[in-house]
Amino acid sequence: MNLYKYASPATFYPLAGKMIPFFAIASAILFAAGLYWGFFIAPTDFQQKDAYRIIFIHVPAAWMGMLLYVLLAVYAGIGWAFNARLSSMMASAIAPTGTLFTLISLVTGALWGKPTWGTYWVWDARMTSTLILLFLFIGFISLQAAIDDVRRADRAGAVLALVGVINVPIIYFSVQWWNTLHQGATIRMLGKPTIAAPMLTAMLIMLAACWLYSVAVVLIRLRCIILEREQNASRFAEVGV
Amino acid sequence: MLRWIVWRDLMLAWRRRADMLSTVFFCVIVVSLFPFGIGPETELLRKIAPGVVWVAALLASMLSLSRMFANDYQDGTLEQLLLTPQPLYLVVVGKTLAHWIVSEVPLVLIAPLVGAQFDLSNDTLALLFASLLVGTPVLSLIGSVGAALTLGLRGGGVLISILVLPLYIPALIFGAGAVEASIMGMSPAPHLYLLGAFAIVSAIFSPWAAAAGLRISLE
Repeated sequence: MNLYKYASPATFYPLAGKMIPFFAIASAILFAAGLYWGFFIAPTDFQQKDAYRIIFIHVPAAWMGMLLYVLLAVYAGIGWAFNARLSSMMASAIAPTGTLFTLISLVTGALWGKPTWGTYWVWDARMTSTLILLFLFIGFISLQAAIDDVRRADRAGAVLALVGVINVPIIYFSVQWWNTLHQGATIRMLGKPTIAAPMLTAMLIMLAACWLYSVAVVLIRLRCIILEREQNASRFAEVGV
Repeated sequence: MLRWIVWRDLMLAWRRRADMLSTVFFCVIVVSLFPFGIGPETELLRKIAPGVVWVAALLASMLSLSRMFANDYQDGTLEQLLLTPQPLYLVVVGKTLAHWIVSEVPLVLIAPLVGAQFDLSNDTLALLFASLLVGTPVLSLIGSVGAALTLGLRGGGVLISILVLPLYIPALIFGAGAVEASIMGMSPAPHLYLLGAFAIVSAIFSPWAAAAGLRISLE
């Protein structure tokens, strides 16, 4: 079987349609399992009481945010280098989901910080670099939104995403260094009280659920983008737009 | 070729001196606004001075970035430059260098004067000057990528700040950090070295990315 044939939007469109329900249902089941596990099975933390339970969404969201940015850059780069339209569309489809997860991780982090640290926001290295990651996502989306010609939008986005990806480690280390230099450790990401196995299980289930959710949502958005861009192609007439 | 581009841009800038000066005045005004907003306590002002001057320099360079390729794009020179047998990389290096000389060097020169408003010591002022001298090429270099990508777009001026300002953060951290370290009695050298390293890395990659951006924008 020639897998490359799915690099064409026309053949990928129905395939994506078939995959979406699978990912969506699996994600819903895992979300339910992860939330149940997180709320009822995982024990209450000795120090943080029940406030810690927010990590079951916070940590997976933060991971997904970072991962999706790298994935976005890879897809955008492939789309640019090999002139593969589907890859570029994939990058555009990933961007809003990545933004969402980055935002969720910031908001849940702030909500967790209030009862635990006594403040919604500190200029902690990780928080600051997550904030910058959010800016990078917003930059990518606003650049693409400002360009009417989709091919130009794809390529310009690819250059920006790749420049951003090179910068991410530099930003991360500079922020970390800036942080340790400036404020003495008044507050710290609590030295992980070696996470208990049930907590870890709940977190991993939630991570898998977020993964599957991302795949499902990105595919749905990808199908919309394909329809939008290829509406003039005759082979899409039968889809009924 | 490189020399020709730099020379041409410098001549053009010299004929339009007002543009250059407005950037400098913008920087001066932004810095002077802070005491009004924060209050005239010398102690506090001295503490925030390096950061304020650096942020003002970042904002001021935003003003000139959108002009980096825009004029040549409008009158068609840029397309002709693309057609020359010289690599586009060189053209971009030339334009970036000219932008640095025209828009950033005046800021570097005026910085000690602006810093004096904040009652910084002479040593600190010298260091502020040095950190800006090492750091401002980064602003031109990374800015050139943003300028190339947003060429000819509506709302390009605002867009360029959204794209470029987050990427400036390491330069800001090391640049202002060097001055602050010396105020606190530590050695500014590590900050300056890292800032220099960042400048070198962006000098290698940025013109390449900006050239790619120009090709995309001019298709």
